[in-house]
Amino acid sequence: MRLVFPVIKFVWLLVRSLSPGWNLRRTVPRLVEQLYDNGVKAVPIVVFASIFVGLTTVLQTSYQLLGVVPNYFIGMGVGRMLLIELGPVFAAFIMASRSASAMAAEIGSMQLSEQIDALKTMAIDPYHFLCLPRIVATTVSLPILVAVMEVVASLTALLAATALGISREAFIYGLTHFIEVRDFLGGMVKACVFGLLIGTSGCYSGFEVQGGAREVGRVTTRAVVLSAVLILVADFVMAALVFSQ
Amino acid sequence: MIRVQQLSKKMRGLPVVTDVSMEVPDGCCVCVLGKSGAGKTVLLKMVIGIIAPDAGKVYYDGQMIDYGPFADNRQVVLQTGFVFQGGALFDGMSVGDNVALPLRERGRLSEPEIRERVQRVLSRVGLPDISRLRVRELSGGMVRLVAIARALVTEPKYVFLDEPTSGLDPLLRERVLSIIRDLVRTGGSVLMVTHDLEAARQIADRIYIIKSGRVYPTDRDVKKEDYE
Repeated sequence: MRLVFPVIKFVWLLVRSLSPGWNLRRTVPRLVEQLYDNGVKAVPIVVFASIFVGLTTVLQTSYQLLGVVPNYFIGMGVGRMLLIELGPVFAAFIMASRSASAMAAEIGSMQLSEQIDALKTMAIDPYHFLCLPRIVATTVSLPILVAVMEVVASLTALLAATALGISREAFIYGLTHFIEVRDFLGGMVKACVFGLLIGTSGCYSGFEVQGGAREVGRVTTRAVVLSAVLILVADFVMAALVFSQ
Repeated sequence: MIRVQQLSKKMRGLPVVTDVSMEVPDGCCVCVLGKSGAGKTVLLKMVIGIIAPDAGKVYYDGQMIDYGPFADNRQVVLQTGFVFQGGALFDGMSVGDNVALPLRERGRLSEPEIRERVQRVLSRVGLPDISRLRVRELSGGMVRLVAIARALVTEPKYVFLDEPTSGLDPLLRERVLSIIRDLVRTGGSVLMVTHDLEAARQIADRIYIIKSGRVYPTDRDVKKEDYE
């Protein structure tokens, strides 16, 4: 029961937030603000992380395969790993640590200072006002961040591969000729699902705050942990559904 | 008229409000006096439907408040304004945007009409020139007045006030009481919870005291010892 009740509340918050009854004209400005906070502002850290994702992936792949298989296989391995797994998961972890924690802290503080009660007394639905723009923003912006990560990581991987003595042509051949549309679309679908889970985790944790400032700190941590766990669980489920032979 | 029938609420197993029945007639100011922790705020939040009671009912002009998970009390809530003790203003917004929020969300007025209404209500609470200030730039007393302005901007039929005079200097306190008097004079109904005995004596048409979660009717001769 200790697990069932929070799951019901989590799903309830998601359904409640996405349920009809919200006004498009009033929601769009809040959505744009959230897209800027959770998407645009995350680009620098995603680009920075992508550089090292690309470098490390080439180093690890070449350590396993260089001299064992033709060199273009290294390009193929790096490309598919980035598209299917590393891009979506790493970008999601970055977003979870930035956005889920910020959402939990902000909504938690609003809960403590009675701002959420104030919304209710003004006949404003707090789920539509606070959660809907945040959940949609993370769901929309994460696939874009993943695409940014994949491009930057691929470029740095190319540079690292060249430095390791793999010809540029062979690496690019492997990177471009063995990738299927399903790989790219699967990665994007994963990113959407991860974004949905991150936004919902942040809002859910914020709404759970009862008590004082210490509780805000606790739910902020919990939002990140919850997001990370849900990302890994969803990653497995999606892998089984989309990429299993 | 608001009719409260046998409201009860326990929190963490302890009774906070027990079997409370009272009425707020139209055009009246009703004060509930009680010390800190007596259950005043919980009572107020149950009356407006934010907190669900364990037992009891609340009626607004005969329409019952629904506390269920799928409750839609919008039609009732649209007739109300609520002033929180701490103001509950949105610190990321300007004063003008805070006050305009309920009007913008209702979407019935044009933007120039909203701005005009906001300016009018800010002038009414004595702060005509602070529309562009951020909430963090306000003093505690100004926060309280802006919160009152936000509650009044929709011209509600019922206004709920949670400790509206606590922590205010005598001038601001008198201004708040004057706003409440005006509100009642123009036909509004007020339910105010407070520990400010003098304020209750000055403006209330009916006084109740809340003690150990129970509410008792009383009169202007009530003494502090009666509810502390």
